Amino acid sequence: MASMRDIKRRKTSIQGTQQITKAMKLVSTVKLQRARAAAEKSQYYFDSMFRTVNSILSRVGHIEHRYLIPGESERKAVVVITSNRGLAGGYNSNVVKLITRNDAFKKEDLDIYTIGNKGREAFARYGYTIREDMPEVIEDPLYSEVNALTDRLLKSFEAGEIGEIYLAYTFFKNTVSQEPRLIKLLPVEAEEEDEASAVMNFEPEDVDAIDMIIPKYISSLIYGGLKEAIASENGARMQAMDNATSNAEEMIDKLSLQYNRARQGSITQELTEIIAGSEAIG
Amino acid sequence: MADNMFNLRIITPERVFYEGEAQMVEFNTTEGEIGVYPGHIPLTVIVKPGILRIHEKDGERIAALHSGFAEILPDAISILAEIVEWPDEIDEKRANEALARAKDRLKNRYENLDVARAETALQRAMARINVLK
Repeated sequence: MASMRDIKRRKTSIQGTQQITKAMKLVSTVKLQRARAAAEKSQYYFDSMFRTVNSILSRVGHIEHRYLIPGESERKAVVVITSNRGLAGGYNSNVVKLITRNDAFKKEDLDIYTIGNKGREAFARYGYTIREDMPEVIEDPLYSEVNALTDRLLKSFEAGEIGEIYLAYTFFKNTVSQEPRLIKLLPVEAEEEDEASAVMNFEPEDVDAIDMIIPKYISSLIYGGLKEAIASENGARMQAMDNATSNAEEMIDKLSLQYNRARQGSITQELTEIIAGSEAIG
Repeated sequence: MADNMFNLRIITPERVFYEGEAQMVEFNTTEGEIGVYPGHIPLTVIVKPGILRIHEKDGERIAALHSGFAEILPDAISILAEIVEWPDEIDEKRANEALARAKDRLKNRYENLDVARAETALQRAMARINVLK
C-alpha cells in the first residue's frame, strides 16, 4: 500500500488539475453562448442565400456552366475547419477522420486548406499536401478573409489545378452533440425544386447571375461553417472538461478513502508497537 | 399593413442590418439604378456599390450598400448584402484616401493592375462619400 505522503501528494495534484478543468469548463460555457448567438444571427443570411441559389439553379436546369460541372483535374481541394487549441475531446480528430478515412479521397490528390492549428498538425503528420493555413481566422472570423479564400479557391479551380472543392467542419446540433460534416462546394449540385420558385426573374440573365452569385454562395457556406465550428468547438470542450472534472472528483474521493485507511492503519500500528514495548519492559 | 408598403429586410453575414416596413427603396444594380415600389414582379438583381435609400412612412434613411444581391417579391424585399453601412459607421478619412488611391491607380495604369478591382474600390469609396454628403 502506498504511503500516506504519496497518497496526499497525488490527491493535491489531482485537485489542482480539477481546478483547471473546472475553470476551462466555465470559460467555454461563456464562449459557447457567445458563439451560438453569433451563429444564430448569421443563420438568416445563409438560409436566404441557399434558397436563392437553389431557385436559380432549378430554373436554369442542366446548363454547361463551369461552376456546375466538375473540372478535369483529378485533384480536389478540401477546406478543413478545426480548432487552434486542444482539450476538446474528439472534436478535432473527428473532422480529420472524415478525410483520412474517406475512400473517395486519395492522399496524393488532395490540396488541404486548413483553418485551425490542430488540423494542420494532423494532416502534416499524415503527410498530406497543405496548400494554405489560416489559424488566425478561427479567433475572430471576418467575412472579408473568407471572401479572399474563396477567390483563391476559385482561381485554382478555374486554372484547372483542382476539379472539386469540399468543406469539412463540425455542425453544431446542440450543446451536447456536434456532428462532423463534409460538404461539396464546387461543382454546385442543384436540388430539385418545387414549381413555386419558377416565377422568379433574373437581371442580369441566369448565366451571368450564376457567375456572380456562386462565389458569394461559397463564401457564405465557408463563413457559416466557421460559425458552426466555433460553437461546436466550445460545446465539445465544455463537455470534455465537464467529464474531466467529474472524473477528478471520483479519483479524489477514492484517494481520500485510501488516505484515511492508511492513516488509521498507521495509528493502529503505532498503538500496537507502544503496547508491545510497554509489555516487554513491564 | 397599408397597401402601399412592403417588408424590407437587409441581411449581412454578421447581422440583420435593417428590418421594417418601407414605401419604396432605391439602390444601384449591375443593370443600373432602380427604385422598387410594392407590387413589383419577382426579380433577383445583383447589387453594385451605391447609395441605398429607404423611404419609410415618415422619412428617408440612407446607407452605403456595396455588394450582394436583392430578391424582390411583390410584398417583400430581401437584400443579402456583403457590405452595407449606415452613415455614422463610415470612416470619412479612410474613404477619401481610398478614393484618391483608386483614382491614382486607374489613371496611371500600373503594371499588373487589377482594373476591375480598382474600379470596384473607386465605386465603393464614392458611395461612402456620397452617403455622407
